[in-house]
Amino acid sequence: MSKFAKRAYLTLILFFLYVPIVVLIFQSFNAGKSRAKWEGFSFRWYAELFQDQAIMKALYVTLSIAVIAAVVATVLGTLAAIGIHAMRKRPQALMMTMTNLPMTMPDIVTGISLMILFTFTRIERGYVTMLLAHITFNTPYVILSVLPKLKQMNKHTYEAALDLGAPPSYALLHVILPEISPGVITGCLLAFTLSLDDFVISYFTTSPMVQNLSTLIYSKARIGIEPTLNALSALMFLALLALLMIVNHRAGKTAKA
Amino acid sequence: MSQNLNLPAWLVWLFLALLAAFVVFGIISVKRSNGIKRSFFASPYAVWMILFTVVPVLLIGYYSLTDASGAFTLDNFKNFWDSNYSVNQLYAQMGPEYAVLIQRGTVNLGILLYSLWMAFLCTVICLALGYPAAYFMADRQLKLGSTLVVLFIIPMWMNFLLRTVAWMTLLEDQGLINTLLKSLGLHGAQLMYNDGAVLLGMVYNFLPFMVFPIYTSLTKMDGKLLEAAQDLGANHVHTFMRVTMPLSIPGIISGITMVFMPSVTTFFIPRILGGGNTMMFGDLIENRFLTEGNWNVGSALSLIMMVLILISLSILRKADPEGEGGGIV
Repeated sequence: MSKFAKRAYLTLILFFLYVPIVVLIFQSFNAGKSRAKWEGFSFRWYAELFQDQAIMKALYVTLSIAVIAAVVATVLGTLAAIGIHAMRKRPQALMMTMTNLPMTMPDIVTGISLMILFTFTRIERGYVTMLLAHITFNTPYVILSVLPKLKQMNKHTYEAALDLGAPPSYALLHVILPEISPGVITGCLLAFTLSLDDFVISYFTTSPMVQNLSTLIYSKARIGIEPTLNALSALMFLALLALLMIVNHRAGKTAKA
Repeated sequence: MSQNLNLPAWLVWLFLALLAAFVVFGIISVKRSNGIKRSFFASPYAVWMILFTVVPVLLIGYYSLTDASGAFTLDNFKNFWDSNYSVNQLYAQMGPEYAVLIQRGTVNLGILLYSLWMAFLCTVICLALGYPAAYFMADRQLKLGSTLVVLFIIPMWMNFLLRTVAWMTLLEDQGLINTLLKSLGLHGAQLMYNDGAVLLGMVYNFLPFMVFPIYTSLTKMDGKLLEAAQDLGANHVHTFMRVTMPLSIPGIISGITMVFMPSVTTFFIPRILGGGNTMMFGDLIENRFLTEGNWNVGSALSLIMMVLILISLSILRKADPEGEGGGIV
């Protein structure tokens, strides 16, 4: 097959993936409220965005939960990965089963099982329960991105450090951590992204009083989404794009996802 | 839920429990070996997962096997098989003259089969579209791989609900596609609120999850194998069928897993693009819990869903015993 045909095919697939995004960004600059009719270019929705209390609150909830959940999951998951890696075969298999369980469970079942837990223990659903849920589904992803790095590492460096008199905490921070840091960073970014984009699990673990962007969008999807939400997502999209370019620029050509 | 519990109080208890577990595990591991064992670092995670994954799953099991009063029953599963179960029970009690009214309700089973069918179609379409894409991405002559991976990831940064809603703008009766068709002098078409629209939304959302694992397995392949095949006289088709395809099977399998599983349980896409005309298993579960408030039946449905997924996973694992398919990363 010719190079041209291959490129054309890939362009078509990418076109399919980007069409809704282009539509979204166009709508955010539309002066009118109608979805399909173009009524002129304006920054109206961007201006209104910052006046909208509900959206600003949801944005705060989304971002703060994504940051806290990513940090906690990274600490919890990295420690766990180090522990699991050092375990004997049986307990290791048990821990891996427990790690794989939430990843194989459908989101809706994870969300519902947590909703049952919180209701069963009479814990009111809201910000904290959503945060706990996000930490829960993020941590396995951190473990799975840290574990391969631990497997690649030379087993004996840690023992050598201990033999040379380093306390375990020192050896952990100065021997193991530097070696596995690429996995830790990948895991943290993955956790942040997953948390940012989650809808189903948040939907079941929060109350209508505390909404993140996804549940807010969901509650408005049927009555009609205001262009302000499009404006917000266009801004977030551009922010992430800028971040990617900075990271890419710094990392040179290592464009690994 | 009505009870207004003091949040910080139980949070403190939770963290005390975590801390206690950490200490206990620490003491055990110090006693069993000289010095702290590294495996003890996993203890906070172990406690966390028991609290927030194992216990909730057990709770689902508990609810699915009990009735509203908490007594043991299998009715919830019978309800899945026969959605008229409770009404039929009533007819049976009312006497033999009502027996004619007893009719098995197939709503739940129908929805399950419909979801499986839609998920199957979605997986097939994703594979058909995604395999060539991954294959061309991995093409060494084009040298596009890593750039394209990023280009496939970027759309996923836009909130997926908003992206799905954006399709409404395109597909509506007054939407962009219909406007375009009409301006070309053609007839508009009903594009929304049907299976096709739901399928489109699903393929749109899950396609990258098919492309990435296949791409990864193709790039891991040794390029020399292809040269060897060609030196030995195999043509392009032959090389692909005998070398490239078999080597990418782990990627295909993890792609299938990553598309099929979320498709069966998706519950936002059918609601928006299907307009409530179509119901999938995810919607059914959500409906039982939040609309009807029937946790027992809802739990039974969730459990059935989980078992189905575990079975299909173990079948897929058999095809890829080493599990080298890799993930999205």
